[in-house]
Amino acid sequence: MTTTSGGLQNPVEQYLRMDRIPHIWCPGCGIGTTVNCFARALDDSGLNLQNLAIVSGIGCTGRVAGYLDFDSFHTTHGRALPFATGLKLANPELKVVVYSGDGDLIAIGGNHFIHAARRNLDVTVICVNNFNYAMTGGQVAPTTPQNAVGTTAPLGVVERPFNLPFLADSCGAVYVARWTAFHVRQLSKSMAEALRKDGFSFIEVIAPCPTLYERRNRLGTSLERMEWYRDNSVIKNGADTRECDIVFQDKIVCGKFVDRERENLIEATRAKQEAARNR
Amino acid sequence: MSNNGKAELTGALYIDGDHAAAEGAIAAGCNFVAGYPITPSTEIVERIAARFPGTGGTFIQMEDEIASSIAIQGAVWGGAKAMTVSSGPGISLMMEHIGLAAMTEVPCVFVNVQRGGPSTGLPTLPAQADMMQARWGSHGDYEIIALCPNSPQECFDLIIQAFNLSEQYRVPVMFMMDESIGHMTERVVIPPYRDIPIVPRKFTVRPPGQYRPYEPEDDTLVPALTKAGQGHNVHITGLTHDERGYPVMSAVAQDKLIRRLVGKIRNNVHKITDVRADGLEDADVVVLSYGITSRIAMRAVRMARERGLKVGCLRLVVVWPFPEQVIRELAERVSVMIMPEINMGQMVLEVERCAAGRCRVVSVPHAGGTVHDPKTIFHAIMEAAG
Ligand SMILES: Cc1ncc(C[n+]2csc(CCOP(=O)(O)OP(=O)(O)O)c2C)c(N)n1
Ligand code: SF4
Ligand SMILES: [Mg+2]
Repeated sequence: MTTTSGGLQNPVEQYLRMDRIPHIWCPGCGIGTTVNCFARALDDSGLNLQNLAIVSGIGCTGRVAGYLDFDSFHTTHGRALPFATGLKLANPELKVVVYSGDGDLIAIGGNHFIHAARRNLDVTVICVNNFNYAMTGGQVAPTTPQNAVGTTAPLGVVERPFNLPFLADSCGAVYVARWTAFHVRQLSKSMAEALRKDGFSFIEVIAPCPTLYERRNRLGTSLERMEWYRDNSVIKNGADTRECDIVFQDKIVCGKFVDRERENLIEATRAKQEAARNR
Repeated sequence: MSNNGKAELTGALYIDGDHAAAEGAIAAGCNFVAGYPITPSTEIVERIAARFPGTGGTFIQMEDEIASSIAIQGAVWGGAKAMTVSSGPGISLMMEHIGLAAMTEVPCVFVNVQRGGPSTGLPTLPAQADMMQARWGSHGDYEIIALCPNSPQECFDLIIQAFNLSEQYRVPVMFMMDESIGHMTERVVIPPYRDIPIVPRKFTVRPPGQYRPYEPEDDTLVPALTKAGQGHNVHITGLTHDERGYPVMSAVAQDKLIRRLVGKIRNNVHKITDVRADGLEDADVVVLSYGITSRIAMRAVRMARERGLKVGCLRLVVVWPFPEQVIRELAERVSVMIMPEINMGQMVLEVERCAAGRCRVVSVPHAGGTVHDPKTIFHAIMEAAG
């Protein structure tokens, strides 16, 4: 394990595969910030980390699994959740985290997303929403705000984007939050809370992709973007998720929106089997 | 269905091929099934759903076949023995994940109860037209194992073999049934489970820090497995990877990995091959077949033998890897090979390739919807015998 120059080890390094650093992410990319928050959340979560498994799909965010030093699975595009479903059901002792991009989880993987939430699969889903398909060069996604541009919508997006907290909420998620990459402390705390939930917990993290989305939409550098997030996000814990739509360059509603209890898939299955045995 | 609440069913049952395949999977130790209903395979998942609460297995009906085909792989990394079950349209949706299983070396079984295609085709009627898809359906170079049962009894026996081969070689195994086998009811004898040979999963004996998920630990080309939660902190990716499982984007890494993935099957074809010969000793004409068609072929061969013709039968039980050596040797000593199959000529291409002009090869195609009329095969034999 390597240490930082002063000889003091960065506290998140213990959770990283340091033999894979440097990572592939661009300077100023928001994904690394979220990973930092996640590593800190692990410290606070109180989990037995030997039982932690990270599952990603494909994309820039999909590479997260490869940098975290846990059992980690870089699966196929959009299919992290069904992989996680099998993993969790086969070994309910595992704490399974799905860490992936907006395109991966919500476009190609959208069907799996709604069903995993509906089933209340005990899994924590962290979705890095950079408003585009970054890995493939900045195409638009079902999360790209209307009027923003991408290589496949040079005139601006005409379709209405998904409101991810509302989607997760309406499908039955037990924990729903949204933060930006600026809100590192809140995000980290939220991640720790989500990890402690026994059901489908979902965190959307709005993060800059300076190389593609911010550049094409002339939104400035990553630093300028952080300032923009700071000045334009409104923290509304408990907000009605129907009011969390994202509008291009408008205020972003952040906070913890949902925190409730619901019998998860494994508990419900066990209860049913128990009842059948006693019949 | 009723199972009298017993986890282990032994004795003689009258069940169809779908039910027998489900029982075979259970006897093989399968404890995770993900599926999505599709005719003519649905009875398999229905029986599994009914039986698993008693055997301690987990069944989940996923939202589609794409999900089913990767849920089983997550389950394997969770320590389970897993399979998924489908037919044409669903199997087509699974193709990316057959490649994932080949690339990440996940032992699992894909059951395809074949029906007429392409597209929605003939949902309730048989075909054998997915044989090339089974071999080549996912993108990239890989090797796979595929078995073809020809009776409900073999649905039971051979699916156990499918699980065993998948564990031995860490490959996805295609279990290629068809509608007529799936829905045919016959006597199926289930032996006591303790008498059934099971190939156990080869788990690594290396401690955390020393285990490399893609480095064979013995002289086979097959690395040992682990499961999540053992402290091995594995990284598994569908990207080209090194022995540690780390992505490496180079032609050198690709060459090394793909040669091993292909080699672990190709070097062992002689061990994996399973062909059943009948009356080949003095045969001048051989009818080659697999699955349900082998039973029709047998009828036709008997008709020809009654007329004094020297005709033999060769049935392919393992169709992939193709038994090249067997066909090459046979081509040396017979004058004609006849291949009926319920498709427009798929496996016959392999036969032609291996015969390489050393004997005549005759295809007896059938577009599907029913099995061959034995007379069609009989006429092909008569014509060939000239
Ligand atoms: C089946 C399939 N289709 C398309 C691709 C190409 N592809 C790779 S990543 C990606 C989009 C990733 O977008 P997102 O999930 O938002 O991740 P980001 O790169 O933005 O973090 C696409 C379309 C693929 N790998 N597999
Ligand atoms: S392309 Fe965008 S999302 Fe991908 S690493 Fe670069 S900045 Fe990050
Ligand atoms: Mg994205």
